[in-house]
Order: sequence, then C-alpha cells, then structure tokens
Amino acid sequence: MGEFKVHRVRFFDYMPSAIRAVAFCRRTERLAAARADGSVEIFNFADNYFQEKVIPGRDGRAVEALCWVGRRLFSAGLDGEITEYDLENLRPRYSLEAYGGPVWTISSNKQGTLLAAGCEDGTVKMFEILEDRIQFQRNLDRQKGRIVSLSWHPSGAQIAAGMMDMIRIFDTETGHASHRLLVERGAGASKTQEVVVWSVAFLSDSTIISGDSAGKVQIWDGFTGTLVRTHLVTKWDVLVLSVSPDESSVIAGTSEGTVTQFQFISSAVEPLPGSDRQWVRTRTFKNHSHDVRALVHTDTAVVSGGMDTQLVVRPLLDKVEKNTQESALRKITFPHKNLVSCAKKAGLLLFQFPDHLEVWRLGDSDGNGKPGDILPVKRKPEKLIQLNRKGDDQICCSALSPCGGWLAYSTVCGVRLYRLQLDNNNICINKVSKVPKELCSAQQLCFSSDSSRFFASSSQSSVVVVGLQQLEWRHLQTLRPKSGSREPVNLLAPSEDGRWLVTANTDCEIHVFDLQKLKLHCSLPVYASCPTAVSVHPTSGCLVSVHADRQILEFSLEQKEYTEWSRKLQQQGLHPLWLQRDTPVTAVTFDPRNPAHIILHDAFMFCVIDQTLPLPDAKTNLYNQLVLRSLPPAERSRNGHAFKICKSFQNLLSVALLEDRSLVVVERPLQDIAARLPAPVRQKKFAT
Amino acid sequence: MVEHRDVRVVYRGGSRINFREPVISNDSRFLLCAAGEFVKVFSTVTEECVHELRGHTDQVTGVLLRPSNHLQVYSCSADGTIRLWDFTDGILIKTYVVGYPIFSIYASPNHNDVVFVVTCMFQLVAVRLPRCADQRVDVPDLSAVLSDVSSNPAAVAFGRAGGFLASVKGLQMEIYFFKTSKFFLKEDNKKGGRNTFTCVACHPKDDCVATGHEDGKIRLWRNFNHKKEYTYSILHWHHSAVSAVRFTPEGTNLLSGGVESVLVQWRYNQESQKDFLPRLGAAITHLAVSPDGALFCTSHSDNKITIIQSCVRVSAVIQGLVKGENVRTDLMVDPRSKALVLNGKPGHLQFYSLQRDKLLFNLDVVQQEFIHQSGLEQFQVVRAALDASGSWLATVEERKRDAADLELNLKLWRFDEQTQSFELNTTVAAPHEARITAACFDQAASSRTSTLVTSSRDGRFKAWRLAAPAHTDGDGPSWSCDFVGAYHGLVPGRCCFSADGSLLAVAFREVATVWSAASWELLTTLSQPPGDIRDLCFGRMSGSKYLLGTNENKMLLCWNLLSCSLEWSTSMDVRLLLPDPLSENMAAFCFQDGSTDLFVFGPGEPRPLFSQKAVCSGSVTRAVFAPREAELESCEESSQWLNRSQLYFLTQFMVNRKTAGSPGEPTESRWEPLEPGLGFHREPLVIDDAVAMTPFHLLLGKHRRPEAASGLSAERTPPPHGSPAIKEVGSRERSSDNAPLVSQLLQAPAHVLPAASFLCSAFVKSLLVSAAGSSEESRPPEEETESEKEEEESDEETRTRISRPDQESRGARGGREAGGPALTKAQLRELRRIRKLDLGWLAGLMEP
Repeated sequence: MGEFKVHRVRFFDYMPSAIRAVAFCRRTERLAAARADGSVEIFNFADNYFQEKVIPGRDGRAVEALCWVGRRLFSAGLDGEITEYDLENLRPRYSLEAYGGPVWTISSNKQGTLLAAGCEDGTVKMFEILEDRIQFQRNLDRQKGRIVSLSWHPSGAQIAAGMMDMIRIFDTETGHASHRLLVERGAGASKTQEVVVWSVAFLSDSTIISGDSAGKVQIWDGFTGTLVRTHLVTKWDVLVLSVSPDESSVIAGTSEGTVTQFQFISSAVEPLPGSDRQWVRTRTFKNHSHDVRALVHTDTAVVSGGMDTQLVVRPLLDKVEKNTQESALRKITFPHKNLVSCAKKAGLLLFQFPDHLEVWRLGDSDGNGKPGDILPVKRKPEKLIQLNRKGDDQICCSALSPCGGWLAYSTVCGVRLYRLQLDNNNICINKVSKVPKELCSAQQLCFSSDSSRFFASSSQSSVVVVGLQQLEWRHLQTLRPKSGSREPVNLLAPSEDGRWLVTANTDCEIHVFDLQKLKLHCSLPVYASCPTAVSVHPTSGCLVSVHADRQILEFSLEQKEYTEWSRKLQQQGLHPLWLQRDTPVTAVTFDPRNPAHIILHDAFMFCVIDQTLPLPDAKTNLYNQLVLRSLPPAERSRNGHAFKICKSFQNLLSVALLEDRSLVVVERPLQDIAARLPAPVRQKKFAT
Repeated sequence: MVEHRDVRVVYRGGSRINFREPVISNDSRFLLCAAGEFVKVFSTVTEECVHELRGHTDQVTGVLLRPSNHLQVYSCSADGTIRLWDFTDGILIKTYVVGYPIFSIYASPNHNDVVFVVTCMFQLVAVRLPRCADQRVDVPDLSAVLSDVSSNPAAVAFGRAGGFLASVKGLQMEIYFFKTSKFFLKEDNKKGGRNTFTCVACHPKDDCVATGHEDGKIRLWRNFNHKKEYTYSILHWHHSAVSAVRFTPEGTNLLSGGVESVLVQWRYNQESQKDFLPRLGAAITHLAVSPDGALFCTSHSDNKITIIQSCVRVSAVIQGLVKGENVRTDLMVDPRSKALVLNGKPGHLQFYSLQRDKLLFNLDVVQQEFIHQSGLEQFQVVRAALDASGSWLATVEERKRDAADLELNLKLWRFDEQTQSFELNTTVAAPHEARITAACFDQAASSRTSTLVTSSRDGRFKAWRLAAPAHTDGDGPSWSCDFVGAYHGLVPGRCCFSADGSLLAVAFREVATVWSAASWELLTTLSQPPGDIRDLCFGRMSGSKYLLGTNENKMLLCWNLLSCSLEWSTSMDVRLLLPDPLSENMAAFCFQDGSTDLFVFGPGEPRPLFSQKAVCSGSVTRAVFAPREAELESCEESSQWLNRSQLYFLTQFMVNRKTAGSPGEPTESRWEPLEPGLGFHREPLVIDDAVAMTPFHLLLGKHRRPEAASGLSAERTPPPHGSPAIKEVGSRERSSDNAPLVSQLLQAPAHVLPAASFLCSAFVKSLLVSAAGSSEESRPPEEETESEKEEEESDEETRTRISRPDQESRGARGGREAGGPALTKAQLRELRRIRKLDLGWLAGLMEP
C-alpha cells in the first residue's frame, strides 16, 4: 500500500459537548440531538445514522427540550425562549419569548396543533402552531413550583405535568387541574429535599409513568390518580423516560448511566381474556459512564445520550434480526464532517472549535527509518495562532487555503476572511474587509488549490465564488444547480487542477460546476444514500464519491458516466465487512504519485484503494495487511486485493496528504475525552 | 478355617447430608435428606435424627414428598429403585424398580402417579408408577421427556401448576410445554461472559423462570412463549456462581445462595429490595422452603443443614461430619467427651460424637473471619494433639501463600471445667521456621503437666513445657520452649512418647533417635534398613519395651529398647500404624492391590492376633482407636482386641467406618486363617538393589557360597516363637562375608554408625576365619546393629534365595528364576522344604 511518513497529531483538543435532549421524528426517521453548547444535530436513521446537519449554537442559549412537529423542529431553553429552526439554512428561524421564566420542557400534542411549554413560574403555556410561526394561546392553571416535565395524553384532552413533589393532570379544554399525584420524597437525608419529577409519560390507557429525582419509576392510574406500583431503579435520579411507539415498553435513563427497561407483559404465558398485564422491570443497558439525559425509544432501538457526549443506539434484540448490521450497537462520538483543514503546501493545520480557531505548524523530522519506526522529532509542532471568534454565534465552518495564506470562517451571521502571513518568526494576520454582500453566511467553505478563489455554499444549494487578490475579495459568480433543491450543501470539493467544483447536498444530489465557464457542468445520478465525501482525481478527472452506506462510486466528468471500475465494483459488490463499518468515510484524497490510489478514512481506519488490483469478494479476508506482511513478496501480490486497510490509527478526525507525500493523521483518543469529563455519579465497584 | 464370627466393618456415618436438596414435611416438623444409602429424618425443632429410612443399596440421589399424600415420601437412588416411605413411622411402603441408576427425581402436582427422574444417558424420563398391592413393583412404563438434561438436580424445575418444564444446561435453556411442544431459548455466548446456567426455579403463580448463572447473576425470564419477544431482567448481587435459587410457595420472594454463604431474599417484582442473612458459615449448595413458607433450609458445603425461620433467624443447625479438602490432623479421641477430634471447617477443630453420629462442637482455632472466596489461601489447622487427660490441646495452624512465606502458629488450649470448653492459653507465633511435621503430647496419665513435642522440616524438634510466668502480673502459667533438639541436620519426621512419658522417639529420615524426656539426652539411635521412617510408635503395657516403626521401603520394624536392637522386622507396606491406648495391641493398615488390609498384633511378637484382608477398597487415610463405653467380655481370641476399644478409620472417600464387634448380628465376612509361627518374618523380601558390587564382593563371592548354604539350613529351623528375627539375622551375619563389613565401616557415614565399642568385637571377628556351623545363638545382642547394616549390603545370593520361597509358593513369578543365579543343591533342598510348608495364608494375602 505504499509507505508514508506520518505526522501523528494528537494535539487537537477537540471536546464534544454533552447531549442534553433528543427528539425523534418517526415519519422522517430523523433524530435531533441538542448539545449543552446549544448546537443541534440532525441524524438520518434511515441512512446509516448519518449526521446530516449541524445547527450551530449560540452562547447563552442552552437547549433544554426539543420537539418535532411534523417536519418542523422546536426547541426551548432556560433563556425562556422557544425557537424554531430553519433546517434548510441551518440556523434558528425565529425565537419567541414565552414570558414564563426559563422553559424546562416543551411538548406537542399528537395532532400537531398545540405546543405546550412548562415554565419556571409554574404555568403551562399553550402555543398554537401556525403555518409559519407559533402563537401564544392560553395559560393552564398556574401552579406553585416549576413545571419540569410534560406529557400529552394521545387524545390531546389531558396533559400531565411533572413538578416539584407532585404530578398534575390538566384538562386541556378547561385548563384546570383535575388530579394531583403526590410523589414521595426519597428516604433518609433526602427527606427534606423536594423531589423533582424529571419526566412523565402519559399513555393512552391513562396510565401515567413518572421518573423522579429519588430514583423511582412510578406507575399511576390516571383515572383515579392512585399509585399502582413503585420501582426503585437507582439511588440517584431517574432523569428521563421514553415510551415505545406501541406503548408496550418504557425506558428510563438514570444518572448512573444506565437505561432500564420496563415492559408491559402479562404474567401468564397464555393470557386469559381479562388477565391483567403489568409493568415489569426487565433489562438494564449500561452504555454510558455518566448521566443519561436524553433518551428515545424507537421501534427497534434505544437511543440514549448524556453527559459523556456519546450518542448510543442500542438495538433491541427482540425487535431486530440477530447478527445483522441492524443489531449492532453504535456509538456516535465524532461529528461526521471535517473539523480540520490542512494547508497541503505550507504544512499547517487549522482546527475548528465552536468558539475559536487554532493554526498549528506541523513538526518536522529528518530521520529515516524502517516502517513502523517512530522518528525523532527535530522541530516540535507549534501553535501559531488562536483566533477567537467575534460575536455570540458559534463557528459553523472554517477553511485554510492550501498555501496557508488565507483563513476563513463562518458563523450564522457572516463570513470572515483573514490574510495570514507567516515569515520565519513573524506572524501577521489581517482581516480582509468589505465582505461581498452575496456572502451572508455559509455552511461550507473552501479554497481552490491555487488559493486564488474561495467558495462558500449558500442557501438553496447555491455556491458563491469569490476571487481573492492581495487583501481584497471580489464576488465572481453564484452557481446554482438546476434542480432547485432547498437542502443545504454539505460537501464542497474543488478539483486540484482548478477546473471543477463539486457540491453535494443532503438531498443526495451531487453537482459538478465548470469553474472556467462558471456554470453547471453536470449533475450526477442521485444515489439513495447521502454522500459523505467527494473528491475529483487530479489527473484523470474522475469524481469519487463515498456515501453514508459506504458505497464508493467513480464518475468520469469527461464522459459524464460512471467509470469501468465503478461499474465493476457495483457489479461485484463491496465486501460485507466493509459495509458493516459503523462510521462514515469522511474524506477522500488521492496520491498524486500513484494515480491509481484512492485514500479514504473513517474514524477507525484509513484505507488505500488500489484500482489496479482485483476487488475482494465476500470470502476473502478484508483486513489482510498482517497476513500479507508475513508472506514472501511473490505470494504477496497474488493474495493482495484492492482494499488496503490500516487500523494502526484509531479515533481519527482527519487524514490528509501533504505536498511532500507525508501523511497527517489527526487522532483524538476517547480516553482523553473521558478524562475531561466530570467525575461520574457512581462508579461500579466490586460488591456494591 | 476359623470363622471370626463377630468382627466386621460397619459403616458408621459421617455421610454427606448436603448431597441433595433436603425436603421439609408439610407440617414443618420433619426434615428429610439423603445421607449415603439412607434417608435421614430429622426433627426441625430438636435437630435430632428421628428415623433412618434404610433400604437402598446405593447412594440415595433424591428425596421428594409425594404430591398426593403429604405423609409419604419418594426416594430414588443410584441402585435403580424408587422407594416410597412413610416417614413418620419410618416404614418402607413400596419399591419401584426402574433398573437404571437415577440421578434426581421430580414431580408435578397435575401429573398424578407420575414422577420424573433423570436416569443415565441424561434423559429426563416420566415414570408412571403402577398401582398394585405388591411390595416390589417393576416399572414398565418409561417415557422420555427431554434428552440431554444436566445431571445437576437444580437444573430442572416445573413451572406454574406443572404446565411446563424448564431445564438448563450449559448456555442453553429449554422450556417444555406439556400441552404443545418444546421450545428453546438460547443464551448468547458473549465473549468472555461466564453466563453458564447453574440452576433454575419457576415462579409458582406467574410464568416466570429464575435462573442462576456462573457469573453470579440471576435472570428472571418472562414472556417466553414467544420465539423472539422473551425478555429477562437481571438481578446481580452474588459475586460468584449462584448455586441455588428458589421461590417461596406464594411467589412473593425469591431466595438465592452461593459461595458467599449469604442467603439473599429478593422481593418478587421489587428486586431492588433485598434482605440478607449473612454469615451462614459455608457456601450454600441447596435451598429448600417448607410448603407453608415458614421455614427455609439451606445446605452448606461443610455438610451442614441450616433451618431458618422466616429468613431472619437460624433456628436449628444439623451438622454432619465436616470434611474439608482433606483431613490434615490425625484423628484423635477426646478423653473427656469421647468425641472424635479432627480438623473441620477451615480454621476450626471439630468434635464429633462417634456414638451419635453428630457434631458436638467446633473449636475456632484460627479465630479469624473466613473469607468466602475461591482460590484464597486461608489458615488451616494442620496438626492437633491432646494430652492424656484431655485438659490440654495443642493446635498448629498454617497458611502458605507462596513458596517463600509460611505463616505458622502454635496454640495451646486448656480445658476449662467451668465453661466446659477449651480456652486459649498460649499462642506461639512462628514456633518453627518450616512446616511442622508432627506434634505430640506425652501420654503419661499422671496429673503433672505434660510435655509437647513438635518436629519441623527446619531440622529441629522442640519440646514445650508449661512454665510459671516470669512476672507476677501474668494470668497464669504458659507454655514455653524447653528444649530444641536436632540430629545431624536431618529433617525430623514422626515423634512419639513412650507410654510412661520417659522416652521420646523422633524419626530423622532413616534413623530413629530415642531421647530421655527428663534430661533431653540422646540415649540411643536406632538405624535400620534403608528407607525413611514413616511411622513410629511405642508399644503399650507389656510391650512397652518395644518401639515400632514403618519405613518407606515397606518394612515394619520393631526395636527392643532394652537391647537397643532390632527385635524383628517384616516386609509390609504399612500405611498406617497405630497403637491401642487401652491395650498393648497395634493395628497396621497395609495397602495392597488397590485395597487395604488390616493386621492387629502385639508388639512383642510378629504374629497377628487378627487380620483381615481388603477391609475396604482404596487406602485408609486416618484411623483411631476409640475406647468403648463398657468393656466387652469376649472370649474369642481373634476379637479380644476389640474388647476395650473400637477401631475407626476414614477411607479415601472420606467415609467414616468402624470395625466393631457386635455379637448379636450375623457374620458378614469370613477370615483367612493365619498360621501362627510363620508369622511375619519375611523381612529380606525387599532389599536395596542399589548396593554397589564392590571389588571385595566379586573377589570373595565364590568361596562364600557354600557357607551361605549351610547357614541357611541352620536358619530355617526357628523355635516356634521368641525372637526369630534375631536368629535369622544372626545367621546371615555369619554367612555373609566379612570384607563387606569392613568396607561398610569405611563407607558408612559416621553418624549412623553405632558406638565403637559395639563395632569392635564385630570388627575383630570379621578378621577371624569363620568356622562353619558355629552356633550364633550365643552371640551377644549388640551385634544386631551391624548385622542389620550388613543386611543392606547382603550379597545377591542370599537375597534371591530367601526371597524366592515366597514367590515360589505362589508360583506366580517362577519363570523369573531362570534369569537368577544357579541354585546350589542345598538351596534346592531348602526350597523343596519350604514348599511343603503351609503358606495358604500368604496366598490369601496376595490375592486381590
């Protein structure tokens, strides 16, 4: 697979933020996850859990609750505002002050007509959901104490509200409370502390299930308001509950990091008519080390997230086929997009953090060694610039030009471009003023390979092309695809020779623009899965795209058709183990000296595809590098196949190939992330 | 042929009462458990054994209350029968012959007259018990229900109202619905997961199955009628394998137990609430609940059944003989309580009543908390000794964590008359630097305080005496070391005191040393044919002038202490030699051909008073003479030795048996008669072959032969009794050449040689030309020591010749003679003569 000098970079101090809330839309199979820094991520569960969109957060706006209404996504936070997001431009569409103090929870009724918000001042506020906005409708009876959780009865006639020390049931018609369910406080010292009903669930048979800070999951009869059963789940808090769509199972997330399942089953194997079913505590899943703050019970899986920043999809084995890709546990830790950009010629790295950017110069070494050796570092890597962003909005994308002379970033408010000058020890950074008015905000930014042009994706899948001169930038053209898709562009890839620009959007469309003519060259046939990485081959002019389902397609831009190799690959099919890998390929690069090589990587491996070698079939050993190494050279070529996979680097955020043919590998070990988390509430110790 | 009418081996108990799950009767008054070939019925209140249901001829493998009649009980056994008993009266009602060994028995309430048994081939079989009036019924009607069932009886359970059957084995659980068909649940074998099933129980009211697992988890399975939608919840408290789970009859609680020896009570459906009953003493192996739910009962790995009232209070403990991994201490009899004393639970010494087959009490020797964890090295009581009056007890405990560090403690306990128990008097930490090989008190029955001697692998033996405290503030006299003895740096083995306490014999490898107990002076050393001394004891009463020993080379030796010479010796593979404290008799257990023979003899003469071959199969590991409560008046010679005491022994399989004379009962065994006179003098049978052929030997070998032949003729006319061994040895001493004696004098290490005065005359004599036919009887006895040594080097010819008659008489290995040296005429004549002798007893001895 060739030898590379590797820069193993571990100084990218990336720290994902804790997951605060999740909401799942069954109709579109999209999961929205809100993080503690206010950003919201949208995952497409139908398309291999691909992270399609990221809406950057804003300082001082913590999202406390998320709610899908149809295809619209609402959030509420402790700043007292209810926000609806613009999922096409990846920004908040509007925010509405609820005038009830911090909003703890929002919930919409099943019909999608009303949105209820539980506020600090003890009111449940009803908002009417209109076509383009929401409008305050009424307050339910104001209670003493904050409303922490809300759950609508599926009929929409009643709503249960979890409060301090009690649960209230309101009649939504009259707005009066019909029942008051007192929740017992914890035993012992916590007797004096009021118990918080962190979560309630109102089932269609009027059963109310509550989870509270005393560690109890309680089942109530909603008609009479009586307690049916108490399950003591933990010594700490039960933070969140979620009900399965068929209401036969409830899961509870606790601050121990466990998720406990309760199932509604009859006690007899052959239930007699009228024999009672009851809620029985069954399984416990332990996939988190810290609080489980966000939980969703989908049809087939338990999706949980919490303080330890991972989103875990745990399929329920009784609902899925065993030993399939669907039954595998998934942990989503890293974003499915690049946070690192690399100046190939200058040997610089740009790291993107939500609130600042860092520019590092790579270290250097003059040693030569055998494969596998660690070379002595002559010059240590060096942090050149830390650029703090302006304003409250988080950075959503950034780019560094290949020559290292330009740096750009964008927030939802605007794009900023900087001129970087690095003489030996002199670092000079100047902001380029006079932003072209066409550039209001961008979801993706990139520079052309000769650093003379700058591309920024804009609304409705359009791309703004800006020419760069010394301390000046000029709007050249806005490129628009013909399809008129409104979805945002998630990938931008100019070709090495400056001829093509490839854009991909979350509608799975890939468009190719001719940069010389500044117009659309062609659109690729739409593949069912979203592209996760695209790139144009520097010499042959072929476009390689990798999709969320890990398919690899190669499209000849000259002939405007799929290449011979791509057809062969489709015919033969990819190796099952390749298809089962659970993180998407996030970058495709090419080795200029070896035109037949395609380099791509996901979070746990990087791979060189040699187009000259035969493709592996389902029976061959996909991960055969170790085997090959032990074979004599003659046999090596016979046993080799196109996929050369290297797993010696783990938790990869980025892999890039520099001009001097050395490889930059940016790793972020999970232990380093775990070490920066606060101490867990409880660590399992022997005999406890 | 003489029949010894009333000596026989009786199985005396100490059987495992924790072998199978006990059963509590409906009224909670009785507890039934399988104990060896019996079913024992205990009272749950008084802990006494009420009945023994006897009838099975092999291990009882299961006890089950009859579902249709709560006063009757089924028992099944490896002898292939199921028996029905009335346990209140202890009457056998019926015997059903199945014909295959049965491992366990189950019944369900809605299957009338059907029991389910697990037979060989691990099949669960439904047995329809025929209704007929006969006492003994053959069961024709067997139908297999499940195959490949675990032999563990806890691995099968019947579900609610007998509607289904759950069976676990390995990683798989099978649930068999009687209405429909069977259905599998298969546990995923996760990598490294130890989730093998160990036991199963079914909820009596709900369709819920509880299973215990190897990794300490309990899983509650529900909804298992659906192929995929079965679900389970996990209860995890145990840290090691769960060995028993059980629901209470109402299904409100789930009980579980394991190696932690804690009974855990889980509330059904509120599993986070659990109650514990800790410190039950040993790992829980089985659990049972009385039908009314009032009594729980747990079987423990230390052969104990604990009866617990409503999970809070231990109301009764039924304790059998505790068998640890092995019996490290000797068996002893406590002179006061007449109880058998041996190590029991880890760190404890148990006092076990032989008469009542009941554990009297445990003495906590180590006095440390026992940690219930497998693989953890604990303190073990390895030696114990009681003095003659039973007022002092010495214990040695050790813990060996690795090769380097050994922790040893010697503790001395005084019997307190007020509390009627032993109280710790002295603790000696690290009394020796290495393992203690023996500890003994002097057994003089006087009131003066006795002496304790411990010998250790560090090459020393120490004598301990009770000394007055040095300071006045002390509580009383305590023990301190009086003397440290060593002998040429050799490792001491056994030690023993003479009956009057004046002499101490300590075995140092192959040398027996005799010390004066009063002055700690080395009186004499007794060496003997090669082989480390295994056992050593003084004769009693009239035989007190003898010291007996056995060695590794399968020799039984007897020294006369007055002459300091070997009185007689014989070749026997004696595994265990023990004196009867109340008579002069000695018992020797010999291991031969996979079984053990017993010989009883007086030390004075090598003639057995009594012998029985194949007392038991396997080797006898420990034995003890226990005094009888009332002396028997038996006139028969062969059983006289049992008049005052009974001999108890432990077999390899740790069953306590007794040789008892019980005149009323019919004879069971016949004994091979022994020819008196020929006795035990076969000593040169085993001689060291490793002796080098010295040049002297080769030179002088030829002209020595006729002498040898003539010497032999003289040798084989012994007086009927007396001291045949002396004579025999003496004759050979003469016949053998003198040159080897000289060479041996030069070769032998100085410390094993007798005093020079002994050797002088022999040496002088060796220089003389010997006259054939001279009488040896007049030879002074001090020559025996050298003659004995001579024996080691005695020439090839004599050896083969003397060993031959025995082989010849058996005719077993006659073919080997061709390879041996040619026999002289005299030898052949001798052989013919020997053939005429009645050696029938020998043949009997050798036969397997």
